[in-house]
Amino acid sequence: MLWTAAPLPIPSIFDPLSRPADEIYLLSLLVLGVCAAIFVVVGGLLAYSVVRFRQRPGDEDREPPQVYGSNQIELAWTVIPLLIVFVLFLVTTRTLIALENAAPPADALEVRVIGHQWWWEFRYPEQGIVTANELHVPAGRATFLTLESADVVHSFWVPQLNGKTDVIPNRVNRMWIEPREPGLYLGQCAEFCGTQHAKMFLRVIAHPEAEFVAWAASQTGVAVDDPAVRPGRDVFQSFACVNCHRIGGTVAAGVFGPDLTHLMSRDTIAAGAAANTPAMLRAWIENPDAIKPGALMPAMQLAPRDLDHLVAYLATLK
Amino acid sequence: MGALHGWVTTVDHKRLGVMYILAGLLFFVIAGLEATAMRIQLAVPNNDVLSPQVFNRLFTMHGTTMVFLVGMPIIIGMANYLIPLMIGARDLAFPRLNAFGFWMFFFGALLLYFSVLGGDGLYGAGSMPDVGWFAYAPLTGRAFSRGNSTDYWIVGLLVGGVGSLTTAANLITTIFTMRCPGMTLGRMPLFVWLLLVVFFQMLLALPPLSAAQIMLLFDRFLGAHFFNTQGGGDAVLWQHFFWIFGHPEVYILILPGFACASEIIPVFSRKPIFGYAVMVAATIAIGFISLGVWAHHMFTVGMSTGANAFFVFSTMLIAVPTGIKIFNWLGTMWGGRIRFATPMLFCIGFLFQFLCAGLTGVMLAAAPFDWQLSDSYFVVAHFHFVLIGGLLFTIFAAIYYWFPKVTGRMLSERVGRWHFWLFAFGFNLTFLPQHVAGVLGMPRRIYTYDADRGLELWNALSTAGVPFQIAGVLLLVLNMAWALRNGAPAGDDPWDAWTLEWATTSPPPAYNFETIPTVRSRRPLWDLKHPDDPDWKHE
Repeated sequence: MLWTAAPLPIPSIFDPLSRPADEIYLLSLLVLGVCAAIFVVVGGLLAYSVVRFRQRPGDEDREPPQVYGSNQIELAWTVIPLLIVFVLFLVTTRTLIALENAAPPADALEVRVIGHQWWWEFRYPEQGIVTANELHVPAGRATFLTLESADVVHSFWVPQLNGKTDVIPNRVNRMWIEPREPGLYLGQCAEFCGTQHAKMFLRVIAHPEAEFVAWAASQTGVAVDDPAVRPGRDVFQSFACVNCHRIGGTVAAGVFGPDLTHLMSRDTIAAGAAANTPAMLRAWIENPDAIKPGALMPAMQLAPRDLDHLVAYLATLK
Repeated sequence: MGALHGWVTTVDHKRLGVMYILAGLLFFVIAGLEATAMRIQLAVPNNDVLSPQVFNRLFTMHGTTMVFLVGMPIIIGMANYLIPLMIGARDLAFPRLNAFGFWMFFFGALLLYFSVLGGDGLYGAGSMPDVGWFAYAPLTGRAFSRGNSTDYWIVGLLVGGVGSLTTAANLITTIFTMRCPGMTLGRMPLFVWLLLVVFFQMLLALPPLSAAQIMLLFDRFLGAHFFNTQGGGDAVLWQHFFWIFGHPEVYILILPGFACASEIIPVFSRKPIFGYAVMVAATIAIGFISLGVWAHHMFTVGMSTGANAFFVFSTMLIAVPTGIKIFNWLGTMWGGRIRFATPMLFCIGFLFQFLCAGLTGVMLAAAPFDWQLSDSYFVVAHFHFVLIGGLLFTIFAAIYYWFPKVTGRMLSERVGRWHFWLFAFGFNLTFLPQHVAGVLGMPRRIYTYDADRGLELWNALSTAGVPFQIAGVLLLVLNMAWALRNGAPAGDDPWDAWTLEWATTSPPPAYNFETIPTVRSRRPLWDLKHPDDPDWKHE
């Protein structure tokens, strides 16, 4: 991602910064520890056997003692693994219950997440906000997500915040995140969902409480209507743009593509495939396939002057 | 021409076995090239050697090919060739049905690959299937998969599945009815026991897949809506059907690997298998438990806590009999006199890599941990450690071990060692780093990834392993071609082994044995060679 000055964080599952991810991390350390111990013991026995019992010069003709088995030994290496499995099962189930049955606290933010081929729609029912691909949440308190799909199966995965939960048509899944610190958290769709599965990126931006309130306020209301860019607005409203996109306060009420009412408040376009700059917007409208091959947005084939007007208009949609 | 006619019309289990294996190796080369193309695309970030459309077809066909056209036919081929010889029979119970099974498999395979010409997919003429090897609904519905590429995937596998089912029934019948005098079930070689469990698993696991595929055809052509979510269908239903097939399938693929290891490790350790009865019991336990673990592929779909906990338990439980097997192989090597011939080298590689695969499997079984690891490159690494590090290594071991029996010629040990070390190095270089890429948040099935996300090094290493693996496979092919004419004559029993296939000539005559042998123990050739201390005194 060349357009950001600061290096983006690496979304490692071993660098958790949110409550569910923390608990998964603790469980995973325990499981890793047990597995590492087994690896050392069994791998050690294998290495020892290979070295100790190799054929040596001179004993080619001698058959070793023929041992057929031992019930005591068999019992030992059946019971010990059973005990290990039992302990692992109990520990896993404890984490499972804790994470799956957590009730939303009173101050939790509710967001509906709707997966589309190949972008994310976010709806905040209490705040009346609709946005795309960049999920803004408050740091320090829980956000509960309701996951739905408009088309095929997707999967919501922001490794530092929580494990993944599938986004399935005709089903409603729940998951929650609780970022400890403000910051940017990266993720992407984790279930193959068609041509552009690879560029269905996710960003979660956790704000300090006051900043979140300010962001939420900036996302309500109809779009900026700057008379200086009226020609661009007219282009938008007179072409097929309106079939798929919504801009509050205009005739555009489409639901197939991202809501553009506050387009310029987002850092990226095309689900994180490109930076949200006027130049990239222009390139995207002109030929989406060049940025995201197979994207469902058609090339709009506008005259260059119309394109200039349109980009100028979109650039005002703060 | 006459020779070709002889092969096409044959009903001889040995010829059909060889045909299965050669077809499997042919498709192995094709699937390997598909994987190579994907690794080239992923070698560096933001690469555009392949378009997303082509990449999606490649991973779909690579997975489908490796499971159905490489793993299955090679396993069935080995079973076909070896089981009658090992139980002292002259052929399978139904030789013509056996030929039918092969040709159903082969035509199914051709039908799948005919999609390259006839698929008429989403992107214009000629398209291979592009919905992933587990073909999740509703991506396979008419709305999202136009054209016919998905239909080729469905029908090709349906046709091939008929062949697998008939052959499974055929081999079960053979094992139950055609054992030579004295060969009780308790004296069967472990290879036969493990394959017997595999064929029962095939009988139970394949029909759910076929049923789901027929339902999908109904959705696509008759307006049904089993899985068509836009008509009220259920996307998760497909996942249940698929994995009720798909997880036993993993054991259908790996148990034959265990079967080969259970024959080869004793011979090269010069000891009988440790704990024969326990090995049989563990196999049967795996067979049963494997039917109840499928939804561990679905921990992320939002099942109830109770269901998740059940599948956590069953999945962790299956590690116990699997662990018992590893311990018994180690027990067999313990106190032995290990000969490091190529078959044994591959078995030792298998033991190490399968240990890794089993442990990452335990990690994936811990459902919350799986929420992070599922559908990431960690899973890709895990199942390649199972199927390449586990199954393919034992298949290589089996090729070096039984090639002399099939052809009468020895493969070169020197080239074999090069093959082993190149392939083992390349395999680990390719797949160990993928664990890390997954932990760093790289999902599977993405055709490209961004720079500066910590993924460059691991992907570069992963691609760097590919040439070593190709070199290893190339050496195997050259070794086989060379040995057919120039290999040292094998004789009947080049490894000083103990099971019945080594009692007849190499290659065996069409009728296998001049006189049907009579056995008194699990190691009839040991009894012959050591009349002073035969096995039957100890069993």
